[in-house]
Order: sequence, then structure tokens, then C-alpha cells
Amino acid sequence: MIKETDLNTAIWLLFLGVPLAAWQMGEIYTITLATKICVLALAGVGLNIALGLGGMVSLGHAAFFGIGGYAMGILASHAQSYAPIMETPFLIEGTKSMPVIWVLAIIMSGIAALAIGALSLRTNGAYFIMITLAFGQMIYFFAISWPAYGGEDGLSIYVRNDFPGLNTLVPIQFFALCFAILTAVIFLSSRLEHSRFGMALQATRQNETRTQAVGLTPYKIRLIAFVISGMICGLAGAVSADLNRFVSPTMLSWHTSGEIMIFVILGGTGRLFAPLVGAAIYIMLEHFLGGVSDYWQIFLGLLLLMVVLFAPGGVIGLLTKREAAHD
Amino acid sequence: MPLALFAEQVLNGLQFGVMLFLMSAGLTLVFGVMGLINLAHGSLYMIGGFICAAVAAFTGSFLLGLGAALAGAAAAGVLVETLVIRRLYARDHLDQVLATFALILIFSEGTRWVFGSFPLFLDVPDLLSGPVSLPLGIQYPAYRLMIIVVGLLVALGLYLLITRTRLGIRIRAGESDREMIAALGVDIAWLYTIVFALGAALAGLAGALVGAIQSVQIGMGEPVLILAFVVIVIGGIGSVKGALIGAILVGMTDTLGRFLLPQFFATFMENTSATTIGSSLASMLIYILMAGVLIFKPQGLFGGAS
Repeated sequence: MIKETDLNTAIWLLFLGVPLAAWQMGEIYTITLATKICVLALAGVGLNIALGLGGMVSLGHAAFFGIGGYAMGILASHAQSYAPIMETPFLIEGTKSMPVIWVLAIIMSGIAALAIGALSLRTNGAYFIMITLAFGQMIYFFAISWPAYGGEDGLSIYVRNDFPGLNTLVPIQFFALCFAILTAVIFLSSRLEHSRFGMALQATRQNETRTQAVGLTPYKIRLIAFVISGMICGLAGAVSADLNRFVSPTMLSWHTSGEIMIFVILGGTGRLFAPLVGAAIYIMLEHFLGGVSDYWQIFLGLLLLMVVLFAPGGVIGLLTKREAAHD
Repeated sequence: MPLALFAEQVLNGLQFGVMLFLMSAGLTLVFGVMGLINLAHGSLYMIGGFICAAVAAFTGSFLLGLGAALAGAAAAGVLVETLVIRRLYARDHLDQVLATFALILIFSEGTRWVFGSFPLFLDVPDLLSGPVSLPLGIQYPAYRLMIIVVGLLVALGLYLLITRTRLGIRIRAGESDREMIAALGVDIAWLYTIVFALGAALAGLAGALVGAIQSVQIGMGEPVLILAFVVIVIGGIGSVKGALIGAILVGMTDTLGRFLLPQFFATFMENTSATTIGSSLASMLIYILMAGVLIFKPQGLFGGAS
């Protein structure tokens, strides 16, 4: 059987190699697909911290993904129209700078995750699933009914935002940027997993009572993890909005939450590279089956059902044959 | 504000609440007895709507359509339970969420395959198409009044079923200790199938009834499913009484919020921004209600400590 770390290295190299080869051959569309996979995988890495490490089954992560997207949309649309966001009591203007947008996206989605997490984590099990779902829908309906930023139609941004030293309009450069972010976040999430905090988080998943008995507060640990997870999804949302140059309430809908969860599960819950593998499978299915049949989601549904019923460790679990770290 | 208009909104809220009850009753029973969280419940609602619209268009009879919707949704429930859901009872909630999410994809795309992407329309039966006069000079559509009556009758029927019949005793026993009733010789697999089919039939009924007011389309079940989740979180998961009270509370809050909030903001704001803020806030109101209930009662109004 393949060792998981070897497999991870292979996956990482493959994801770097394919777009580079496509670049050499002038296959722009393949680079865009790979960028899309990177961005969606980033959201999956975020969810995996809550879901895989903390055992928090959140069906509301689209909220953070969408808030990140809207942070980008709002800032860039104001920069685009030269209208300041507010003038009193002090002047705030829009921006086209990616790093500034990312920081704000992370902060805003972190605040949302803190509020939603603080309320939702008072409950557990099925209640937690339904409540995160409901709060996600609350933000979704708010985005639809609030007309200032496009309401149901969403917001278009005409030119991709800037990153110092790069021309983000060139597909391979934007891919490199997204891949670098993904690699950095995967690295951070692996450090987190093996840190004292990560150990405590996994302990709350495995046995709450014992965690309390050794003097830890599960609520606080879960909340921090939930906020970190939401922040990463917010960052993913901002980058994804830049990839599509478009934000709409669809980013906030619970189907998006479900899809992010599918990435994690297809790959294998709790595994470091699961979101990347899962997102890749998902996008490939969409690309290839979508070309064959308009009803490709039936096959996605069947595949997902098979994975849940017969291969709980996901694809990485099948390849490494090690028990999945979820309970 | 004219009293008749307000009374009409209250009735609309009640009608919405009763419809939500039909959805949440099945969801909460399935959770209470089998410990299963079923996202595909909205698909059964959609199936009810589609079967009713198709059969009513084919035969010209709304009643036949309604009957077919009940039977069809129950049959779909039995099929799904025996093929998929049965394997999920012993799994954790994550697996249940994913498998039932997969079922939504299959059902939605399958329905699109069969019926196409365009919404179907279902006419209100002639007998119920006019308004009825109620006391205080209120005119109210007969069909919506019929939904309220049907919903309340179903609530009564469920109450009698659960408290007064042998099946009800088994359902309650299944909620408190499934190993024990299996040991006492009750065929637990069969009981689970019955409960699931019952919930599916109720969802199908709701879909068919609502189909005549709104259009019947792909994805119609999902907004209702999420509202039904809000209802059972407020009412307490597993409690049918909680589902009824939660459903009416949510129905009323949503309908009256959309009606009253813009007017409330208009008393001290200019009209357009009052409408904007009022309707945005109204769309969030039930979730705020849910958060409020959770702060004081994390297990819902009628939920036991689980």
C-alpha cells in the first residue's frame, strides 16, 4: 500500500505539473480548471479543520465562503466606480489590491464565524448541523433581499484585482498565486493538526468528557477552530470571486456548503490532501460528464452515495488502506 | 391598519405554518425514532408536487392527483428507505447528511430528466377556487382555508395515531429504546419503513397542496426543508407537539414580519429605504427567532435532554 505522505507529495507534484505542461502546450482552459480546483480545495481545507479535526459537521460554511466573495465584490465594485464605501465619520474607499481584500475577507468571515459558531456550538449533533444550515440560509436570504450590491443578480467585477509584482490576468500567473496560497494553507493546517491546539481539538472530537476531565474547555477550543476554518473559507471565497470576476448569492447557498463538504468526503475526511483530491474529482466530473449529459449531477449523486456507503475513507482511504480518522 | 387585512395576514401565517407542520412532522418523527437526519425530505415534497400536477393534468381531477401524490411519495419513501436509508441508521450524522444530499442530487436531476426544466402549473379545484366570507367581513380564499383545515386534521390524526394506537405505542417505544422493543419481538425494520413512509406521505401531501398555490418546480423542496429544520430546532427534535407549535410560530413570524416590518420602519423613515430594510430584516426574522430560542433553550422548546 502507498504511504500517505508519498501519496501527498505525488498529488502536489501532479497539481503543479499538469498546469505547467498545459502552459507549455498553450492549453489555457486546463490552467483555468486547475485554478478552479485550487480555489475550491482551499475552501475544503478550511472546512476540513472543523469537520475532519474537530468533528463539527457544519452545513453553513458557504456563509463564510460567500462573505469572503462579497468582501472582494464590495471593495472592488467601489474601486471600479470611484464611489467611497462611506464618507462619515471617516472616509473608506474601495480597493483593487488583492492582499488588502484578502485581509478584509478573512476578518469579515472570521467575525461571522465567531458569531455563528458562538451560538451554534451551544448545541451538538443533529442540532448543530441544522443550525449552521439555517444561519447560512439567513445570510443567503439577506444577500438576496438587500439590493445595494446587486441582490439576486450578484455583482460583476470587470477587471481582475492586482497583486504586487504579478499580472493576474495571465492565467498561469494567477494559477501560481492560487497554488501558492493553497500550499501555504495546507502547510499551516498540517502544523495546526500536530500542534498542542490541534491535539486538543482532536481530543474534543474523540471524547468530550475526557477532554473536560483533563482541564480543557471543549466549547472554547471548538469555537477557535470554527473561526479559523471560517476564515480560510472566507479567503477561498475572495480568491474564487477573483477567479470568476463575479459574486452572487449562489456562493452563499447551502448547495455550496454541500459541495465543499463533498470535496472533503470524496478525498477522505480528516486527511490533509483530501480537499484537493476531492475538488479535482468534482471538477473533472463536472467537466467530462457535463459534456456527455446535462444531468451529470445524477452520476455525482450516485458516486457520492457509493463513497458514503462503501468507502468511508474516500479516495485517499482507498489508496492508503488506513482507517479514516473520523468517527 | 384595517382589521380585515391584518386578519388575512394572520390566516396566511397560519396556512404557511400548517404547511410547514406537514413537512416537519415527518422530519421530526424520522429523527426521533431512527435518529436519522434526512436532507432528502424536501425531495419527497417535490415528488408529491410533481405527481399531483402530472396526474391532475392527465385525469382532470385534483383529488385523484392528491391521492396519487400521497401514494407516490409514500412509495418513494419505502423505496429510498429500503435501498439506502436503512444502511445509514447505524452511521454518524455526517454520513447521513452526505448520503441524503446525494439523494437530493439524484432526485432533482432525475425529476428534471423526466419533466424538463420548466415549472408545471396546478390549478386549484373549481369547488375551492372562490373566496369564502368569514365573520368580521373577511374574504379569504377557500383553497387556503382548506389547507389550514387539512393541516389541523392531520395534526389531530397524528396525535391520535401516536397516543391511541398500537403503532403509536411502538413508535414511542422505538423513540425511547430501540434495542428493547426489538428484543420484545417488534419487527424494527418494518416499523422504521412504516415511519419513514408516513413522513414521506406527509411531505408529498404538503408538496401537492402547495403546488396549487405556487408553481411546481425542481428545487421547490429545499427552501421548505430548511424552514422545516428551523421549525424542529425551535420545537425540539423528535417532538411532534414541538413541530406543530414551532411550525405555527415560524409561519406567523415570517408572514407577519414581511407584512408589518416595512410598515413599522415607514413610521420614522422614508418609504423606499423602509421597504428595503424592512423586507431584508423580515427575511432574517425566523433565524433570529431561532437564535433567540437557542440562547434560552438549546434543546428547543419541547426537546428532551438527548
